Amino acid sequence: MLNHGAGVSRPSREWQPRIVAFFCNWCTYTAADLAGVSRLKHASNIRIIRVMCSGRVDPQFVLEAFARGADGVLMGGCHPGDCHYMEGNYKALRRVRLLRRMLRDLGIEEDRFRLEWISASEGEKVRAVVNDMTARVRSLGPLKLPEKFRDWDREIGELEEKVGKMEEKEHVG
Amino acid sequence: MSDKPNIGLYWCASCGGCEESVVDLAEDILLVLERVNIVLWPVAMDFKKKDLEERPDGSILASLVNGAVRTSEQEEMARLIRRKSRHVMAYGSCAHLGGIPGLANQFAREEILQYVYEGSPSTANASRTRPATAIPKNGSSLALPEFHHLVRTLDQVIEVDYYLPGCPPTPRILKEALLALLEGELPPRGAVLAPDVALCEECPRQESKPADMSFTEFRRPHQTVLDPEVCLLAQGIVCLGPATRGGCEAQCIRGHMACTGCFGPTSRVRDQGAKILSGIASSVAADDPEGIDRTLDTLPDPVGTFYRYGLAASLLRARNRPL
Amino acid sequence: MSKSNGNRPARIGFYVCHCGHNISGTVDVAAVARYAQALPHVVVSREYKYMCSDPGQERIAQDIREHALNRIVVASCSPLLHEHTFRTAVEKGGLNPFFFQMVNIRENVSWVNESPEEATEKAMDLARAAVHRVAFHKALEPKRVPILPDVLVVGGGIAGIHAALTLANAGRKVVLVEREPTIGGHMAMFDKTFPTLDCAACILTPKMSQVKNHPNITLWTYSEVSKVEGYVGNYTITVRRKPRYISEKLCVGCMECIEACIYKEGKFPDEFNAGLSRRKPIYIPFPQATPQVVVIDPQTCIEFKTGKCKKSCLEKCDRDAIDFSQKEVVEEIRVGTVILATGYKTFDAGRLPHYGYGKYDNVYTSLEVERLVNASGPTGGELILRDGRRPKTVGIIHCVGSRDRNTNRWCSRTCCMYSLKLAHLLKEHTDAEVYNFYIDIRAAGKSYEEFYDKLLEENVHFIRGRVAEVTDWTARPSEEGKLVIRVEDTMIGVVRRIPVDMVVLAVGMEPQFDAQEVRRLFNISCSTEGFFLERHPKLAPVDTFTDGVFIAGACQGPKDIPDSVAQAGAAASQALVLIDSGSIELEPNTAYLVEEDCSGCKSCLTICPYHAISHDEARKKASINEALCKGCGTCTATCPSGAIRQNLFEDEEIYSEIRGLLTPMPAEAQGGESC
Repeated sequence: MLNHGAGVSRPSREWQPRIVAFFCNWCTYTAADLAGVSRLKHASNIRIIRVMCSGRVDPQFVLEAFARGADGVLMGGCHPGDCHYMEGNYKALRRVRLLRRMLRDLGIEEDRFRLEWISASEGEKVRAVVNDMTARVRSLGPLKLPEKFRDWDREIGELEEKVGKMEEKEHVG
Repeated sequence: MSDKPNIGLYWCASCGGCEESVVDLAEDILLVLERVNIVLWPVAMDFKKKDLEERPDGSILASLVNGAVRTSEQEEMARLIRRKSRHVMAYGSCAHLGGIPGLANQFAREEILQYVYEGSPSTANASRTRPATAIPKNGSSLALPEFHHLVRTLDQVIEVDYYLPGCPPTPRILKEALLALLEGELPPRGAVLAPDVALCEECPRQESKPADMSFTEFRRPHQTVLDPEVCLLAQGIVCLGPATRGGCEAQCIRGHMACTGCFGPTSRVRDQGAKILSGIASSVAADDPEGIDRTLDTLPDPVGTFYRYGLAASLLRARNRPL
Repeated sequence: MSKSNGNRPARIGFYVCHCGHNISGTVDVAAVARYAQALPHVVVSREYKYMCSDPGQERIAQDIREHALNRIVVASCSPLLHEHTFRTAVEKGGLNPFFFQMVNIRENVSWVNESPEEATEKAMDLARAAVHRVAFHKALEPKRVPILPDVLVVGGGIAGIHAALTLANAGRKVVLVEREPTIGGHMAMFDKTFPTLDCAACILTPKMSQVKNHPNITLWTYSEVSKVEGYVGNYTITVRRKPRYISEKLCVGCMECIEACIYKEGKFPDEFNAGLSRRKPIYIPFPQATPQVVVIDPQTCIEFKTGKCKKSCLEKCDRDAIDFSQKEVVEEIRVGTVILATGYKTFDAGRLPHYGYGKYDNVYTSLEVERLVNASGPTGGELILRDGRRPKTVGIIHCVGSRDRNTNRWCSRTCCMYSLKLAHLLKEHTDAEVYNFYIDIRAAGKSYEEFYDKLLEENVHFIRGRVAEVTDWTARPSEEGKLVIRVEDTMIGVVRRIPVDMVVLAVGMEPQFDAQEVRRLFNISCSTEGFFLERHPKLAPVDTFTDGVFIAGACQGPKDIPDSVAQAGAAASQALVLIDSGSIELEPNTAYLVEEDCSGCKSCLTICPYHAISHDEARKKASINEALCKGCGTCTATCPSGAIRQNLFEDEEIYSEIRGLLTPMPAEAQGGESC
């Protein structure tokens, strides 16, 4: 399409954390709806992606979210024993335990990645968790992996430039 | 010069195993030589950069580049090869995925230099000399390549047309790729020239894998007497076969070693490490955090295990750190 | 992003809803519409007051035809509310209904975020994610599954009874499972019902015997559901039928065996009389118990305890109905729908020690008083206190275990009215002075307020104030031998001491003690209080989040008999709707295997709790039985080589949503990535 977002300008504000949330349809997404219906105001930093079950959350999705610029990733599922699909949340938990450890080894702070059990009736918990996570991620500061990748890759562009110049020089010489 | 097509071979950050694997073609290498001119192969013959520069752009039918890209020299050569070649083939795990050198992405450049030139127990460098990019010598200046901040896959530096996976690629993979190239039967650009199905399909132990896998403990090969017939995962050994492309004829398994993932993920998987993590962790037996951790703690180094070859190509590429 | 619909480039229609002021009050919908218009592949972008209205839906259908749209995004409320509405509109426009993605900017944005700038930015992010995602959507066919016509009703209180009878009268086969030896539930224990003062037994027992005699109802008392498998329309239910050591077929309820028991008198607390009387190890809960079958309690029966009883009961039964070797029977039934009417339990008054329950003999719970005033109760309807006296003054304390931060915050809804009823009955039985200690009188029901007026005319006293304590510490001679209720009379602002002979604690209603287990069994949710959660508090009050499972009565929340009956009728008719439609459309969100991609690694086999995945030994590959798949997608996330995929939640759909969410806003997109 033509013009990317023509006519939309945003006031420049201070940095705001961006948190991608994967919420299961039956518990946590429903709880988020309940938080809405109950008008439980909370931080606006969360962007929810609905999946049927926390077990659907592929660790790749978490990494993709970080790599694409998320400052935090939140997973929400049914409480242990309450999974709409019986055991999906246990699979999610097992992956999360290992993924957290791996993320820590890869320099991503623990507070940036969180799994919470929030049942369909816990609208209040949605608010509390979102607020708490937003505050923690805010205090960690931006992760900004896309920008970091760009910075890292600058050395490649630089070299290309340098080589170009050297070649030019050689030609001149 | 004959009208046989030109072929180039080059190495970047690699161990040299890929170069040897070309020789592993054995007699077949003669058949290859009958049909092509090798115009670049520094490890085996004397070629100068100048020779390559003097060739017209696109005059090489295909260049097989192995090794990851860590230095400015490697990058420069990769770019040069790209210009001169109609097809660039990433040859082997390092060019394909970053390979073992890619594990260095867990450390900042300064950490690496500090360790290698100062910290390591075997280093004697009282003056703390570090490599520099320009060294004055006898009135002139010697240039050394720059050590990049990151290990990169070949396709993070130049466009790559095909990938030959493996650490190193097997003779069969190489032979079939060369045949496809010479017969003009290459698949669509960007393909990995190996089956797009995971290793288990060709694994001789597939049938011995029980249906009800659940892990209570992971073991390392030296900690246990292994049954030579039974699926290694079933014996608690982390095997990356389920998340790794086949085509290697399960050589490691036949040698009683678990798959470490050198052929990389299938085309449907973006991040091999995350996916095998998912596949393995999902089947941990415990349900409670402590029990799960007890099992998972027997797995010593998740990054080194799951990203043995794939860290540079992974979604996160490296350990998060300031430049 | 370049994705096509059957090789045609995506042509996306984007619609953002004002929802009156619900959304537009916070989100700048016009800005969102302008923003979406400029996103790749968006051909039409509109804002509208109410997208879910007919004109809103018609707009979509019309645009699809006029602008050859092949993808639709609607930014409005939660997909749990209106996804189906808009899919239908998309279908009306001639598109496959699954070429649709919904953006929740009401529950997730305007209702929870205050700053218009932040809310608008968030709405734009979510809109962009949906536009990215929808381009990857595929045409899908919803799965239809047949509905088995039989229904399981769990719980034989008034709600369960009414639901079962309604369904049975409509010609459906019903299995009614009740844990206790008889149906009837709490209502069977009540003396009269408010506000009409009908005799509870008189209106209930005919329905109980109808249940017993109805050809369409199978009644299993003393039984519990132990396992639930399957899905809407096709549930397989395992029921454990506890041994009552009496053959239900042979026993005619003559009760001669009870007479013959070597215990000459009852010795064990009688559950039905709230422990106010004693029963024998062999007993029948109450005269009109249904079924009219005796039960032996193995915990107290000498034969079970010692094996040395002379078993006089056995000799007495000329029908040989007694069978000490009876074993538990496990039955398996197949039903299409389930109605849960598992009721409630009353608040344990012992949790509030300052009211003296368990400490002072003459402190009773309301349920005990129901039995005390009942003609078939422990005292034959005579109001005789534990110490043998008849009360001259009675204090009824309201809201015991209700509207109390220390116990339960909710109003139990029934206590005001039954307290009034008990006040009336107590007065009728004893002519005592009756005091009600209340916070508010909640008489919001048909003829309820009038009943309250009537009580006022009967000179029942009402003191507004939460009672501080019930004590036998006397301050003046007139209090001697009495219990003193200390309370602040908030009407006159004075702390009063009211001496009474009897205290009645109007205990509140709580979730059934095993509500959590039952909820897990049937895969439904509970509200924070622990009552079963309805699918929508207003529009789907008897549905649950599990299709084919309905709830009725006090298991959903405190309610009185008419409300329970109304809900039971509603649940029965919801079940009938499903049954009569013959089949139900399921979300086509099942997992599927691309067989040539599968390596047969078996990583998925243990992942599926429904055993939908098996290993095909001949082909050495996995095989997914779509009929068993419930669509959680856990196997998709697990498959290490990406061979298992999930409809509606494909990897590329979720990836595109993530990327869409995080793609920098245009203002900061310079030099950024393309999407």
